[in-house]
Amino acid sequence: MATLKKPTEQMEFILATDVGSTTTKARFFHKRGGEWRFLVAGESPTTVEAPYEDVTLGVRNAVREVEELTGHRILSPDGEGIVVPYDGKMGVDLYCTTSSAGGGLQMMVAGLIKTMTAESANRAALGAGAIVMDVMARDDGRQPYQKIQRIRSLRPDMILLAGGTDGGASSHVMEIAELIKAAEPKPRLGVAYSLPIVYAGNKSLRPRIEELMGGSFALDMVDNLRPVLEVENTEPARRAVHELFMEHVMSHAPGYTRLMKWTDVDIMPTPAGEGMAMQLIADTFKQNVLGVGLGGATTNVYSVFQGRFVRSVSANLGMSYSVTNVMKEAGIGNIMRWLPFNLDEEDVSSRLMNKMIRPTTIPQTLEDLIVEHSVAREALRLGLEHHKTIATRLKGIQLERTISDMFEQEVEETYIKMMDVDILAGTGGLLSHAPRRVQSMFILTDAWQPEGITRMFQDSVFMMPHLGVLSTVYRDAAWSVFDKDCLVRLGTIVAAAGQAQLGEPVMKIDLEMPGGETLKEDLKFGEIKRIELPERQDADVVIHPSRNFDVGEGPGKTLEGTVSGGVAGLLLDARGRPIYLPEEEGAKKELLLKWFKALDLYPFEKLEELI
Amino acid sequence: MSPEEKGEEKTSAEAHAYTPGLKVKRAMAVDKMRRLPILGEVLVNEGDKVEHSALVAKTEISGDPEIVKVAMKLGVEPEDLPRYMKVEIGDKVAEGQQIAFYSALFGLIKKEVTAPVSGTVEALSDLTGQMILRGEPIPIAIDAYIPGKIVEVMPREGVVVETNAAFIQGIFGIGGETHGVIKVVVGSADDELTDDLIKPEHKGDVIVGGSMVTMEALKKAAEIGVSCIVVGGVRHNDLTDFTGEEIGVAITGQEEVGLTLIVTEGFGKMRISQRTFDLLKSFEGSYASVNGTTQIRAGVLRPEIIIPHEQFADEASEELAAGMVPGTPVRIIRQPYFGAIGKVVTLPVELQQLESESHVRVLTVELEKGEVVTVPRANVEIIEE
Repeated sequence: MATLKKPTEQMEFILATDVGSTTTKARFFHKRGGEWRFLVAGESPTTVEAPYEDVTLGVRNAVREVEELTGHRILSPDGEGIVVPYDGKMGVDLYCTTSSAGGGLQMMVAGLIKTMTAESANRAALGAGAIVMDVMARDDGRQPYQKIQRIRSLRPDMILLAGGTDGGASSHVMEIAELIKAAEPKPRLGVAYSLPIVYAGNKSLRPRIEELMGGSFALDMVDNLRPVLEVENTEPARRAVHELFMEHVMSHAPGYTRLMKWTDVDIMPTPAGEGMAMQLIADTFKQNVLGVGLGGATTNVYSVFQGRFVRSVSANLGMSYSVTNVMKEAGIGNIMRWLPFNLDEEDVSSRLMNKMIRPTTIPQTLEDLIVEHSVAREALRLGLEHHKTIATRLKGIQLERTISDMFEQEVEETYIKMMDVDILAGTGGLLSHAPRRVQSMFILTDAWQPEGITRMFQDSVFMMPHLGVLSTVYRDAAWSVFDKDCLVRLGTIVAAAGQAQLGEPVMKIDLEMPGGETLKEDLKFGEIKRIELPERQDADVVIHPSRNFDVGEGPGKTLEGTVSGGVAGLLLDARGRPIYLPEEEGAKKELLLKWFKALDLYPFEKLEELI
Repeated sequence: MSPEEKGEEKTSAEAHAYTPGLKVKRAMAVDKMRRLPILGEVLVNEGDKVEHSALVAKTEISGDPEIVKVAMKLGVEPEDLPRYMKVEIGDKVAEGQQIAFYSALFGLIKKEVTAPVSGTVEALSDLTGQMILRGEPIPIAIDAYIPGKIVEVMPREGVVVETNAAFIQGIFGIGGETHGVIKVVVGSADDELTDDLIKPEHKGDVIVGGSMVTMEALKKAAEIGVSCIVVGGVRHNDLTDFTGEEIGVAITGQEEVGLTLIVTEGFGKMRISQRTFDLLKSFEGSYASVNGTTQIRAGVLRPEIIIPHEQFADEASEELAAGMVPGTPVRIIRQPYFGAIGKVVTLPVELQQLESESHVRVLTVELEKGEVVTVPRANVEIIEE
């Protein structure tokens, strides 16, 4: 629980850290002239592993860097903690942290029916920031002995058990509980403590669950996450997961008992902090947001649609440790389709394997950078595909179907429609470190293929998790920093959905620029254009799509709206949805090169040398 | 960059390397922790001398549970089940033994349930009608892996074994712990390890190749029963074909492909480092403990070759350089100079722009032929000499 040492309105300095699996990142915030701003960053290797086995060492090193850069003392003289509150000379008024070191929070979830309670339990665990190692259900196609083998081979930090509506199924839920108990799962950290289990199923079974599992597990019982089929209530389970994470899991990780004493706010899993930041964007703009944290090991995708927050994590899609898994899942061909020059398939796959075994190396050559950007598109694409399987309508409910629905094959499971996404937001090393901002905008565009009018944001220097955890206790400070120093406004993309032949008309756009100037753009199929429109400036647009193209109002229907500028500006995309890439290699490479040139994506002369 | 320019720059006196160098040591004290997955019994005492195959700790994990849906099989309600049970919680039963019996209509209808496996009755539920039958405990034992002395006993958990040895780390491997005599089968560090170099007499050996092992050589070595191959590089496609699966995430060691493979440099054709090659050559005929297990995320584990010996022990105290200073030998580990070896010249403090347009901290390196190149600090590893 948060215990603030000073009322928020009197605060002047805030420190936030993220203890990542490789790097501990400190961010220092200061209130000046009534406004909260980001001051400086300090980073240091995480010290969760041997020989250090104490995360506070890494935290101290990162904070010391902040001290050196600012001359502001934060660490207590004995090095045993952070001075809180600020006494006019040294210290900070608030210290909070997120953590994903040592593999983050790893959970197993179980429910009764795969597409109902098990699916809801999965969403609850993911929403809490966990990596879900397995989802078990009565109908998951595995025999009881196979499930038992699986549970015995996993060493989760925690189990979330759901099943049955309140007063509904009971014996089948107990079967799952008995199976878990019989398998005797062991916790990942430490050999001598009870594994935490959150029970969020049929509430009438609580006495039975208590009797069965009470003695062998650290059991916590919360409100049913599917009290009735029509309602999904993941919040109590999510909260319980966070509490047990602090109480049982973090307290067994090296050095965390000390770190817990330093912080004023409960330590939160990094993805949970990142998710809070995405919610902060949706909440502020009152729009649908699709966000991503593209990391070295994992890809987290977040959506806030009509206020509903869903997170998915693709634990093995990432740009360094997991880069070869992206290759495995996407196929080398899909990575190579984004390259405008010739490279041997074995050469590309060896490069990626070499990156995986030396994950901290960075591209020095333009060729290497473009290869990494191609992998990023595929990691993002697969991450979104995965997200769509999690962000689904509730199943098990009678759907109201109209006559027109009857003609469709089936109702799509996911409610994520790119035409309905208003904002795309990205964070993570590759996106933040892209040498030209337009690169990250284009990578996100190619991967996720937004439709209609979509604004795009990205993290300036990785601090979304920091601001997410801060927002839980001091929203105004978090938003102020977020708005001014964290959110880079990349710009806006206008994209028409549809298909045609190269060169056929796609859309005509009338733009009224901030200075009053009017621009008329006429886009043909296969084209993309970039128009300068600075940050914090808007332009009015009237888009007239051709008969087969849709920009949000239906095929051929005109759309009027406002587009916001950014460091990359405005992208007008007439490449079709899905984006058209010619089958023939030469023609495809030529088209890619045309796009790269149109956007001034890479240094042109160097690029020419590679062709 | 011209030497004049270098002269004007502000430089770091020392810098840490992002990628820790792999150890290639002629003599050092090697400690190996041998730990049980759950608590158990330690079989040796501190100070004991052990062989690599000596068992140092053992335990039992509870047997696999078997769920028997007794009520369903008898066709009775779960709450009525106790009436038909022929065994009680805690009873030991043998496979095929009757555990429940139901008869109705004066014995005209008879149904029985027998134990599918031998075990102990652990639980019986009157709500689900299920019985949990626990199988026999499964014994687990761990060996010393390296010959040496027990220097620490962690009660009920395991031990630390220490030995004086040559210690070489690879960058990537597959297959777990094994042992064998070192045989260098190529003439130089540049040579490929081809199938014709692998002979039936190499069964059980740790064979050392040069720049790359071919697919045919991998297959032949597995057929013959070679314990381990140590080589500079391997082609990605060959590894995929050989293991039958594309490696996605670098957590390896569990592969059952007939041998352990230790790659010292990387993927593709890569000359094994001269120092590694020479060291292995000098220990030809010696016995080695090897492990291909690699884990790059969370708790880095690199594959290893441990060659216990009694000589050179005085070198064992040599300490590693903590960081890079001008003169530190380094290997470049990324394009465009991948694999090149040189010495650090300068460590400029200011960020510099790369060809990719990224602004990063760099260093300058003098390569073996005298050329001085600029590379990101993240793209070198220290060669630990």
